[in-house]
Amino acid sequence: MNIQKFIAKRSNWTILYALFLAFFVVLPLILIGIYAFRNTEGSFTLQNITKFFTQSEALNTFVYSVGIALITTVICILLGYPAAYILSNSELTKGGTLILLFILPMWINVLMRSLATVALFDFLHLKLGEGALIFGLCYDFLPFMIYPIYNTIRKIDKSYIEAAQDLGATNMQVFTKVLWPLSVPGIISGIMMVFLPTISTFAISEILTLNNKRLFGSIIQDNIMMSDTMNYGAALSLIMLAIIAITSFATGNQDDGELNQGGLI
Amino acid sequence: MMKKILAQSYLYLLLLALYAPIAIIIIFSFTSSKSIGDWRGFSLELYSNMFSGHAAHSATIMTALINTVVIAVMAAALSTILGSIAAVGIFNIRNRKLRQAIQFTNNIPMINPDIITGISLFLLFISLGISGGYLTVILAHTVFCTPYVVLNVMPRLARMNPNIYEAALDLGATPLQAFRKVIIPEIRPGMFSGFILSFTLSIDDFAVTLFTKGSDGLETLSTYIYADARKGGLTPELRCLAAIIFLTVLILLLVFNYRSNRLAKEQQH
Repeated sequence: MNIQKFIAKRSNWTILYALFLAFFVVLPLILIGIYAFRNTEGSFTLQNITKFFTQSEALNTFVYSVGIALITTVICILLGYPAAYILSNSELTKGGTLILLFILPMWINVLMRSLATVALFDFLHLKLGEGALIFGLCYDFLPFMIYPIYNTIRKIDKSYIEAAQDLGATNMQVFTKVLWPLSVPGIISGIMMVFLPTISTFAISEILTLNNKRLFGSIIQDNIMMSDTMNYGAALSLIMLAIIAITSFATGNQDDGELNQGGLI
Repeated sequence: MMKKILAQSYLYLLLLALYAPIAIIIIFSFTSSKSIGDWRGFSLELYSNMFSGHAAHSATIMTALINTVVIAVMAAALSTILGSIAAVGIFNIRNRKLRQAIQFTNNIPMINPDIITGISLFLLFISLGISGGYLTVILAHTVFCTPYVVLNVMPRLARMNPNIYEAALDLGATPLQAFRKVIIPEIRPGMFSGFILSFTLSIDDFAVTLFTKGSDGLETLSTYIYADARKGGLTPELRCLAAIIFLTVLILLLVFNYRSNRLAKEQQH
């Protein structure tokens, strides 16, 4: 009877999932930390972390990845912001179906999209390499920039813009003083969804540069898959995790899961 | 007027750039040439090769396709069950701190890049001495799909009359009966969206699968493509597959969109 009562209380239904989360989400993340501070024999060491800062290969790749990620993010904002603005402006477009077309590529396998980029470059007889990498990354991540900005701009109360115009602001002033500041939350979500995944990308860079340029994710993957460098790989993952934590903290964690809720499209 | 034309042409140019690569793959799936850009007339040869297993790789491609679908169905089903029960539970937690803690943990798999989710689970399975295979991949996919189910079911619960469940219990239903007969009918649209979303996310996944599939040769489409691309070049039959996948995703999304639009309309009434 007691069990019956226990189950009848709906908040107790969380327990199953809470255990699941603890075991499959929290524990694995802790394991990254544990492995990062252990050597192959299993005793405590800081070597894996210091290796990253002293060994030039990983550090250089990291700096290079941040650079590529910055370029990708900036291009995505420059291309995506006007698109998001136009899509959210009902005087300019009807929006509905068009936004669907813009976010549809989000749902196609990232490898498939990278191969499509390779196909395009082959078709146009262009060489693969750094240019292809940046094009491919922008192509992969542009929808992730457009969608959050679109959502933010759509929710801006149009009367703010009208008020600014009535008070004599020029179009430029309306943009810099009203529209842009109000769309910052969307831009930040977009940056989170473009910048971080770009750094940790691994397969895409190999495909688009014929293995010539590698991003941080590739280095992590190479090390974690080998049993003798696994701990170093874990340390690199921990560094990646730290960057994620810092970025989400610095941006006040704008991700309210909005993108993922019921009315996705 | 001028502004409108400019704005629209910008959008269409961007769309052209976004879809050109996919279009090229689809167009060149209907010719028999080995490389893209070399049009040898319309032919369905690649498609028939792929399905009949005549080409060198087609058997592996079909196995990978079946693996991908089986994993996606299993992971989506598991996530939908687990996520729905969890959503009901979380929704009814009175303690705000506790609820926020669980919701925060629920968000972690959505914020983390795939590679981190993949590596963390890879380390978990290694520590437990579980070798990778179907089971580990399905579990791993359930990990990153369930949060989306929870998020899809929650809004439905918010709209539901909380007393119906109590009423069912008072009238002698067991909790399980009350869940089946009272709660599920109310949250079914959210469960359905969650299922479809989980299914597409699972099909879409590459990084998590790569790290949890183990070394026994289990391949899904993404890992197969990765291995293939690493060897250099793309098996021509993969173009057909890309075309099929693209159309499948398109249809799934249109269904999903149609449903959420209808729900939105229902809510307005």
